[in-house]
Amino acid sequence: MNRINQKIKEGKKILSIYFTAGYPELNDTVRILEELEKNGVDLIEIGLPFSDPLADGPTIQESSTAALKKGMHTELLFEQLKDIRKSVSIPLIIMGYFNPVFQYGVEAFCKKCHEIGIDGLILPDLPLDVYQSEYEVIFKKYGLINVFLITPQTSDERIKQIDDASNGFIYMVSSASTTGTTKGFGEEQQHYFDRISAMKLKNPQIVGFGINNAETFKQATRSAAGAIIGSAFIKHLTSHGVDAISKFVKSIR
Amino acid sequence: MKYHADEKGYYGEFGGAFIPEMLYPNTEELRQNYIRIMEEPLFKKEFDQLLKDYVGRPTPLYFAERLSKKYNTKIYLKREDLCHTGAHKVNNTIGQILMAKKLGKNRIIAETGAGQHGVATATVCALMGIECVVYMGEIDIARQAPNVARMKMLGAEVRPALSGSRTLKDATNEAIRDWINNPVDTHYIIGSVVGPHPYPDMVARFQSVISEEIKWQLKEKEGVENPDFVVACVGGGSNAAGAYYHYLDNPEVGIIAVEAAGKGIDSGESAATSALGKVGIIHGSKTLLMQTQDGQITEPYSISAGLDYPGVGPMHAHLFRSGRGEFISITDDEAMKAGLLLSKLEGIIPAIESSHAFAILEYKKFRPDDIVVINLSGRGDKDLDTYINYFEL
Repeated sequence: MNRINQKIKEGKKILSIYFTAGYPELNDTVRILEELEKNGVDLIEIGLPFSDPLADGPTIQESSTAALKKGMHTELLFEQLKDIRKSVSIPLIIMGYFNPVFQYGVEAFCKKCHEIGIDGLILPDLPLDVYQSEYEVIFKKYGLINVFLITPQTSDERIKQIDDASNGFIYMVSSASTTGTTKGFGEEQQHYFDRISAMKLKNPQIVGFGINNAETFKQATRSAAGAIIGSAFIKHLTSHGVDAISKFVKSIR
Repeated sequence: MKYHADEKGYYGEFGGAFIPEMLYPNTEELRQNYIRIMEEPLFKKEFDQLLKDYVGRPTPLYFAERLSKKYNTKIYLKREDLCHTGAHKVNNTIGQILMAKKLGKNRIIAETGAGQHGVATATVCALMGIECVVYMGEIDIARQAPNVARMKMLGAEVRPALSGSRTLKDATNEAIRDWINNPVDTHYIIGSVVGPHPYPDMVARFQSVISEEIKWQLKEKEGVENPDFVVACVGGGSNAAGAYYHYLDNPEVGIIAVEAAGKGIDSGESAATSALGKVGIIHGSKTLLMQTQDGQITEPYSISAGLDYPGVGPMHAHLFRSGRGEFISITDDEAMKAGLLLSKLEGIIPAIESSHAFAILEYKKFRPDDIVVINLSGRGDKDLDTYINYFEL
């Protein structure tokens, strides 16, 4: 069984952390992963930086630009991760935009992920229909879970389609926004969380966008299986460095 | 071979909608409605009326006698430079503002590089009394002050794009991010035949008025609808898409696309996407784009801000790949010379984008009885500073 499915089966609310590979320093990747696991994080999304991250707000954009400037690239990330399964056992997902994966070659990329022990991919700009017609076969061949996004604007009909196409979890974007908003969750979000919960989807949902502290984590995971923190963690890395990861994780739960 | 978009927005292998789910409802709403709305008689009537009375269409098809004599062939200029706001861009913004109204949107966003599309968008927003936000790279804001002032006079808010390289591609990213954050009330007016489906097809349809007019104008002047060649410059490719549109399926009409070679194709400072690009995804479309081996999008260069885009519309990628179009790249120097020549021979100062199209006359030999239509996409007023500095006028 894929580590993602296993982790979800444990039943504990999942705390997932996103960070940009190559940030704050080019070779921090492995240390960040080890620190996150050591401090009780359940799932990690490793961001493969892209020059034009359409769905991201300023914090993740800036970390991506900085990582690329320092020399991060796809092959280097794989090189950094080659022995990661010797020290990290929680599920690992690579999150990035489709173009760098497409240039690497989708099959070659998936094969490499499989060899390293990556459990899934999140590629927000790879649309559902293209995934199904061209790439699903490859993902399955290498045992990779593809994670799709839904938003408050996604219709029930499409959510059902996405649920059918998913085999790990659904990434539930909390509001109509790019990453890094800090508005908190109001009535609108609660209504949306309830609506999705009432749909009784076969895949669990993990909420992302707008989670930045213990309170929003708690709110998001009331009905969902877990929550993802990205921008808030990157901001913390920027001001406090890799040494203070433990402090950040403890502030969430 | 088909050269128009199919139902899913593909031109051959290029096109489609590679967008994050956050954009799916917006583009889907547009996709489901754009053709139906464009074919409504009332919409057509309003569009045609505005093109006639407000934009000043039909634009003349002018026989350039002295230029023809110099190059020993028959050259006609399609005078898009005479459109209100000084370029073809307004054909699209008129169409899209009417589309936005039909869809019940009350806020418009747009991206702009040199500011031409921004001005054309701000203009139609003023005309309709709709709120307008234009994203523009911080670097472009500094180097295109007059257009920034125009947009402000027209009541638009100009927001600087501070991310990445702070030019057109980043302004486009920012506009897309704005749309993600405002999915219900906002329409995004893209300025070229780029972006996710249905934009390339919708923009091409709005610009297709250019070749629709060429057909009957040429019939009046030469007794035939079809020229031997249609020539246009290509950045994203909207003026070219409009000039080619009604000739795409007619193999007797040669299609020539002129890209900006900048300081030379191998100089590292170029915008010649067909020569330097590889297949990839940019702004939601699968097309040819300039990128690193690793798939990071690179910054193009051209003296002409309007051709300074790292990708090309999927229609043009397909025309290139299939061999239907002949692609020629022209350097800064060649374009500037051609602009000066047109000014002196015909009394028309072209936009530097359009100058690239004229520069091919030095390299491409046409027969004396060939009819060559060159799309003069914009006028040169906005480029006066560049001309002044280049020629030390």
